[in-house]
Amino acid sequence: MDKTLHSKSTSLWGDAWRRLKKNRPAVAGLVVIIFLIIVAVMAPAISPADPIKTDLPNRLKPPGAPSAICKNGVYILGSDEFGRDILSRVIYGTRISLSVGIISQAIVTVIGVTMGALAGYYGGMMDMLVMRTADILFAFPELLFYIGVMFALGPSIYNIFIALALIGWAGVARLVRSQVLYLREMEYVEAARAQGLSDARIILRHILPNCMGPIIVSVTMGIPGAILSEATLSFLGLGVQPPTPSWGNMIYAARAYMLSNPWYSVWPGIAIMVTVFAFNLLGDGLRDALDPRLKR
Amino acid sequence: MAGYIVRRLIMALPVLVGVSLITFILLNVVPGDPVLEMMGKHVDPLTLEKVREQLGLNDPLYVQFGRFLFNALRGDLGKSFKTGQPVTKMIMDTFPTTVKLALSSAFVAIIIGITVGIISAVKQYSFFDHAAMITALAGISAPIFWVAVVAQLVFGLQLKWLPISGYSSPKHMILPAVVLGIRFAASIARYTRSAFLEVIRQDYIRTARAKGLAERAVIFGHALKNAMIPVVTIIGMQISGLLTGSLLTETIFAIPGLGRLSIWALSNRDFPLVQGIVLFTAAVFVIGNLIVDISYAFLDPRVRLQ
Repeated sequence: MDKTLHSKSTSLWGDAWRRLKKNRPAVAGLVVIIFLIIVAVMAPAISPADPIKTDLPNRLKPPGAPSAICKNGVYILGSDEFGRDILSRVIYGTRISLSVGIISQAIVTVIGVTMGALAGYYGGMMDMLVMRTADILFAFPELLFYIGVMFALGPSIYNIFIALALIGWAGVARLVRSQVLYLREMEYVEAARAQGLSDARIILRHILPNCMGPIIVSVTMGIPGAILSEATLSFLGLGVQPPTPSWGNMIYAARAYMLSNPWYSVWPGIAIMVTVFAFNLLGDGLRDALDPRLKR
Repeated sequence: MAGYIVRRLIMALPVLVGVSLITFILLNVVPGDPVLEMMGKHVDPLTLEKVREQLGLNDPLYVQFGRFLFNALRGDLGKSFKTGQPVTKMIMDTFPTTVKLALSSAFVAIIIGITVGIISAVKQYSFFDHAAMITALAGISAPIFWVAVVAQLVFGLQLKWLPISGYSSPKHMILPAVVLGIRFAASIARYTRSAFLEVIRQDYIRTARAKGLAERAVIFGHALKNAMIPVVTIIGMQISGLLTGSLLTETIFAIPGLGRLSIWALSNRDFPLVQGIVLFTAAVFVIGNLIVDISYAFLDPRVRLQ
């Protein structure tokens, strides 16, 4: 008799996971992302050739042309201006794009959450300082800022992390601050304070766990933006430097050979689009599953 | 209203000073000597020193920054290191081109975006809805520079319908405007759809239907105006996206606008020009947001500006 009354209790995360599982586009996005991660990790094993191995006599071959450097003997997606295998370069490019997306968002999240939590919890001068800085960063022409930072620090993938983090934290800080402002007035936080818990413990154990939903959504939504920014900077010659393959610098190189090998510029672009598309699908799904209030 | 606008503009001042300060710091970290760049490698040290003195580059940094701010307040952004022209003139020469490009693509993008968004919402879960939303998501997922390159490849080189670069006839604007507009149209379509879906579930829409209004009157008379509020916000937020996009589109299509000028200025270490463009762009952004906030008051009488 009891069994009918006590339905199995579900946690917030269990609930969210069930909602996400029902969202077919989001699941498709997740599957593509997992596939891309596998490709990135297994790159040396699955690439037909070394991505920086050149074969000058076989420059700019169309897809399907015979190849001396590829294990399977064919340039599946053609060859580039140095006779390198485009497919292998696209495969290795996955590593750059995914690591830029994930690492830059990790940095942005750590800084943004810290700043937002401090501003929201303590208010006053701290709040003023953080939020006015965020206002300034929001007014900055974003791409121009990235380009300026890359000029100042020099082109490399690490400086891309810095450039993206310098501006990116502001959005997360705003989000977390508004959540903390709301949560710090809740009775359970007051109870924690009455028990004499330290501020750090209240923020870390009682407030932040309740902001996880919006934070996860914002991180997921930030990844495609970061991937696009890296590709853009590399396209402008300010990001990842050749011969290391990045989808952005491949498209830049391909521009010069649009007539001799039109496919060259198409592949890395498709790779960017599929990756960003998958993260957007997952982001939309997570937003609906985790944070009904944010649903727009 | 006038008081509100004045207050907002005053509030924007510290933001613009902050933007200038960050730019100033960044520029002073950039390796390379702008004067050496300007004079050529074979200049003698004495002349070099004299030019630095004349440009005020030997003053302490805070004096340089203070002077920039003081002059900027009077509308003087200094002279370009590279061309010797006033920065304001160079900005004003190129800005109309960027505005023309941005407005023509925004105009088409807003019309297409809102129309598609409304149809998708009214016919939710139909084939049209699914197809439109997949296309829209693809639109915001495609890197703008790649779309530009592929557009040049397909419509310029293969089909030979349109010129692939330059700026000498209206025909030259078609590809860049379309490329720039795709992302914009896609995000407007997405937001219009979700805003519309929210609105048509409201009680007043049910009331309108219940009193026997035609569906057309419900959609256009009651739902549209209310759904436009979040859409206007998005349009405002996309202003900076549009400027970012024009930077790439202008560079790829060789259009002499502000975006191309900013890249040129950065790669030539033309500090006053960079400083001026950043301040100008930030001001455009701030004013754009102000216009968005003011437009709320027109769309929604409940909003009082204060």
